[in-house]
Amino acid sequence: MERVPLERKVLSENDRIAAELRARFQEHGVLCLNLISSPGSGKTSLLERTLETLPRHDRVAVLTGDIQTENDANRLKRFHFPVKQITTGGTCHLDARMIERHLADWKLEDLDLLLIENVGNLVCPASYDLGEAAKIVVLSVTEGEDKPLKYPSIFFKSDLLVLNKIDLLPYVPFDIEAAAENARKVHPGMEIVKVSCLTGNGLHEWMMWLSERRRACKPLAQNTAS
Amino acid sequence: MGIANSVLEAVRTEMGLHPGTYPCKVGVRIGEMAAIDQDALRFCFEAIVHETDLESLELGIEVCPRRHRCQVCGHGFVVRDYDSRCPQCASPKTTCISGDELELAYLEVEEYGASAVGTKSTQ
Repeated sequence: MERVPLERKVLSENDRIAAELRARFQEHGVLCLNLISSPGSGKTSLLERTLETLPRHDRVAVLTGDIQTENDANRLKRFHFPVKQITTGGTCHLDARMIERHLADWKLEDLDLLLIENVGNLVCPASYDLGEAAKIVVLSVTEGEDKPLKYPSIFFKSDLLVLNKIDLLPYVPFDIEAAAENARKVHPGMEIVKVSCLTGNGLHEWMMWLSERRRACKPLAQNTAS
Repeated sequence: MGIANSVLEAVRTEMGLHPGTYPCKVGVRIGEMAAIDQDALRFCFEAIVHETDLESLELGIEVCPRRHRCQVCGHGFVVRDYDSRCPQCASPKTTCISGDELELAYLEVEEYGASAVGTKSTQ
């Protein structure tokens, strides 16, 4: 019996493609964000409110992932930004190759912001790097405030927690402070915004976070271009 | 399932480098923050090797705890119950240094013809 050391990442092929994508995004000054949540937490609603707020001429595109149907892309197309649906046909997460394939006929030089809506799942999407600058996790108040403790990986790896559906707080036994505390236990110092995509409450903070990230992304690209 | 498939693909690629042998066991390292359920991985792995030439391939899983290092005193420690403060100097300024692994550690291969019993008796 011989033991051969392997010492490499299980998802090294995915990570290789993700690193290529990240380099391309940086080269073209594109901020790429990967939105992750359980099904029904409001990723598509957050994107709808975001696209509705952004100016028409903004250089934004969306890739939205689901196991089946074009429903989310159809919801998002009415804002007249480029939107593409990725149907995974059973796979519970997006991987870097799917992103690469679906970006093939878009010119990155025409974009400043690429929003990726992952398949609704708090587990597997955490393992697959898509070349994004940041992961964003969405949690709604109709779920449990202990979600960050039950699914620590995604809260640990995400830069921002969007607590959605705060308009329902009077009707559900959800302790929003406990949820924030749990998220910060897993990820000390995690940034958190509290929003209602239905009423629009708190969306200003989300848009501020987004524009700060976009500002931070731009000078970097200009420096490398010069 | 994707993870199990990736492990198996890596085994097949590696076996191309070791002619005249067959794989017995593949070892993976999984961090407790890697969002991988051991039982689910084992289940998927067994499902995809079932009735293939790799049916007898064993999966070894080593779980790695979440470790932090204190930015103030440099102490390295295992994080328990999500308490990431330094146990030595109580500073909250600590950095995660491991616990996110999803790595292939090793592959055990056996030469064709050498029976498992025979190997054991010679060791």
